[in-house]
This record gives sequence, structure tokens and C-alpha cells, in this order.
Amino acid sequence: MSQHDASPLVEIRGLRFARGNRLIFDGIDLDIPRGKITAIMGPSGTGKTTLLKLIGGQLRPLEGTIRVDGEEVPRLSRVQLYELRKRMGFLFQSGALLTDLDVYENVAFPLREHTNLPEPMLRDLVLMKLQAVGLRGARHLMPSELSGGMARRVALARAIALDPMMMMYDEPFTGQDPISMGVLVKLIRTLNDALGLSSIVVSHDVGETVAISDYIYLLSGGKVVGQGTPDELGRSDSAWAQQFLRGLPDGPVPFHYSADDYAEDLLLGTEAGRG
Amino acid sequence: MLNALQQLGRTALGFFERLGRGHILFYYLLLGIPSVLVRPRLLLQQLFSVGVLSLLIILVSGFFVGMVLGLQGYNTLVDFGAEESLGTVVALTLVRELGPVVTALLFAGRAGSALTAEIGLMKATEQLSGMEMMAVDPIKRVMAPRFLAGFISMPLLAAIFSAVGVIGGYFVGVGLLGVDEGAYWSQMQAKVDLHDDIYNGVIKSLVFGVVVTWIAIFEGNDAVPTSEGVSRATTRTVVHSSLAVLGLDFILTALMFGDN
Repeated sequence: MSQHDASPLVEIRGLRFARGNRLIFDGIDLDIPRGKITAIMGPSGTGKTTLLKLIGGQLRPLEGTIRVDGEEVPRLSRVQLYELRKRMGFLFQSGALLTDLDVYENVAFPLREHTNLPEPMLRDLVLMKLQAVGLRGARHLMPSELSGGMARRVALARAIALDPMMMMYDEPFTGQDPISMGVLVKLIRTLNDALGLSSIVVSHDVGETVAISDYIYLLSGGKVVGQGTPDELGRSDSAWAQQFLRGLPDGPVPFHYSADDYAEDLLLGTEAGRG
Repeated sequence: MLNALQQLGRTALGFFERLGRGHILFYYLLLGIPSVLVRPRLLLQQLFSVGVLSLLIILVSGFFVGMVLGLQGYNTLVDFGAEESLGTVVALTLVRELGPVVTALLFAGRAGSALTAEIGLMKATEQLSGMEMMAVDPIKRVMAPRFLAGFISMPLLAAIFSAVGVIGGYFVGVGLLGVDEGAYWSQMQAKVDLHDDIYNGVIKSLVFGVVVTWIAIFEGNDAVPTSEGVSRATTRTVVHSSLAVLGLDFILTALMFGDN
């Protein structure tokens, strides 16, 4: 199996990407190793989700290369890209369940679209995936009847329906209560190890992410500002890494949005009032 | 001055960009049709929600429009002692013009707006993105079946509208105002031509079906993925497709009946 291959599953070199005039990535190099959980962390708005979309080929970079399992994603034709995506699982922050289908049909959706399995076998597969996320009993519910955590678990079952080689998690812990957070943390780790996946977790929830990841990249201002195993990062003397991992309000990322001098700004108002 | 020019340029560029995106989508919709044909269940579902669910409004409106035509036609014709021609007047008006046009306008309001809202919300809730990441092409899976369903439904709905309208005209003209029943039907049979009238009406409604469904799907797919964006897109669908229907109706009428 490709897991024993030493080359990284995802290899990003010199990636530059802009939205309008705003440069989001300014020369990023990343390696996502096989069989591991790699976390990509950084404050909101650093383009973590954008990075996943670039890896999934939904966006095209300005410059640089993105290789997934040896294939150069931005150069792939539509057909090749869709072939590659069958081997990628993507968990959206919203879950992105199809609202007109129930839980069972949602998980069955990729199987029905891409395979010609007989109904009994398809049923077994769907129930196995639902069992893995603990929601076999919820198969008849509609997405609107699910809690946020359950919706995300159904989406997870759907994402692994085609037995992908890799999973991408977009902010999997955001807005979850402690219990569903715990469930998701456990699921991501167990699925990764049991199914021999390679996982990329994009998140800004420090505690949970540090607990499950094997390697962490810290992104800020369009650059990689720190990387290493959770232990290495914890011991790192980078002020940025310390601020982010400990959640300090002020530091290299300033508390204040850039503005003119405070005193002058206030005086301007006073003068205007007098005038 | 310069700012105004800049603004004008930006608006024009934006317009042509949207026009271009619309045509690219149209091309992919056409490419997606074969994959719909091999999965008739998807098409049947859409025929139901686009076509069958529009039936009630079409039936009721058709009946009332026919009744009004019967009444107005009678009042005009009776002055010339020509009330026997009422059947022809009602049928020609419906088959040539009102059937296709009013059906298309009602369809834009009933089914077009629903299509835009549905696709726009699917975009806003990342369902379309999710499909793409599952290697399922949303154009083939979601949009092409709706497009084909609109294309098939429109002429059928227009035919039903005209048929019900003729009955409405009969109800008022023959039932209430005393036009001779035999004259109503036989004049209609003699004067309404299969090629000139019925086929041309069908061609019109096929064109309207394509245009209205295309605009509705495009607006949904192009909507800004917020609740405000979807609401704007829905409004645009109704406004743009109504205008397109009326404009195209004039062009088609000029082409079909201009030389008579």
C-alpha cells in the first residue's frame, strides 16, 4: 500500500494565492506525510480553508506547485481531478449534507454516484460507515433533525464512504459542545489509524488539535511561521507560536487593528467639536 | 466625469462577464443532458416539482384568461354580428400568444423562482461544493435534470393552459352569452391551422422553456451565497425571465407571422 511510500502525500512548494488584491499565501512550502494527522493552524482569516480548497482543486494558485499523491493538482483536467477527488474525503465546517436526503441516503450518495453496487451490499456499506461514527440508529433522520455534532459525524461517514486515501477536516471542532468535541477528536484519530488514512486538520482550536496531531504547521500573514511536532512547538521560543498556542491577547499579532495614533485621533474629535 | 466613466466601464464589464458565465453554464447544461437521460429517475423527480406542481396555477389562470377572452371577444364581435367567430378568436389568441407567453410568465414566478432559491441555497450551504469534493458534478447531477424538466414541462403546460382557456371561453361564450355551440367549435376547427398556429405556439413555448429555466438556474448558481444574495437572485430571475419572454415573444411573432 502507498502508506509505506516515504514520499509525502501532499507536497506544496512556493504557493502563492490572492483573492482580489489581497495576497493570502505568499510562498508557502508544506509537506503532508502519509498515515499521519497533520494540523494546519492559524488565526481566523489566514486562509486555512482556502489551503484545503487549493489542495482539493476547487481553487487554482497564482504560482507554485501542489502535488497530491504525485499528481500536480492545478494541471489536472476536469476528469482527472474528479478521479483524484474520489480518493479524497473532505469534511466541510457546515457538514454540507444534502438537505433533501435522509442520513442513510446522504451516506449512500457517493456510493450511488460512483459505483454500481447491488442494493444489499450498498446497505451494508452505509450501515458500516454509520456504525463507525455511532449513528447507525439515526439513519432515518433528515439533516434538519440533527444536532450540529451529529450532522458533522454524518458528513464524516459520507466522506469516508468511498474509502479515501486522505481526509481533510475544515474546522471540525468549531461550535461543538465538549462532548461532541470529544467524540470528533476520538473519531479523527481512530479513523486515521484504523483506515490507514492521512489526515489534514485545519483548526484554531489549540487544545483539541494539539492533542491529536502528529505534526503542526502554523500559518499567519500568508507564511508558515512555525512547524514541528506538538512537543517541539510547545518548547519553541518563537513569540508567535507561544502567543497562538497559549492564546495571549497581545504579542506579534497585535490586539489593536492598525490605526492612527490614539491621542491624536481623540484630539481630532475635540477640535472638530470646537470648530 | 472620470469616475462616472470608470463606473460605466465597470458595469459594462460586469454585465458581459455575467453574460459569458451564463453561456458557459448553458454549454455545460447541454453537455449534461445525456447523463440525465440515462438516469430517468432524476428527471422524473424534477418533472414533478417543476411541471406537476405548476399545474394548479396554470389551470386556474388558463380558465380565467379564457373566460375573459370569451367575454371581451363577444362584446366586440357582437357589434359586427360576428359572434359566431368567438371560437376562432379565443383559440387563436391562446394558441399563438397568450398560451405560451402567460404560461412562461407564470412558470417564471412559480417554478423559476423556486429553482433559483433552491440552487442558491444549495450553494450557500456548501452542498454544491460538497458534491464537487465528492467528485460529483453539480451541473450534471443538480442543474441539468432541472433544465431538461423545464424544457419538457413548458410546452405541455402551455398546451394545457390553451386547452383550459378554450373551455373557459366556451363556458362564457356558449354557456352564458348564448353563442351557437356548433359555430364555436366548427369555426375554431376550420380556422386554427396545425402548422401556422399550433406548431408556432409550441416552438415559442419550447424557446421560453429553455430561456426561463436557463436564467433561473444561472441566477441560482451565480447567487452571492448569503440570504440577501439568494433573495436578490430570486427577484432577478423573475424580472429577467419575464422581460426575456416578452422580448423574445415579439421577435418570434415577427419571424413567424410577420409576412402575413
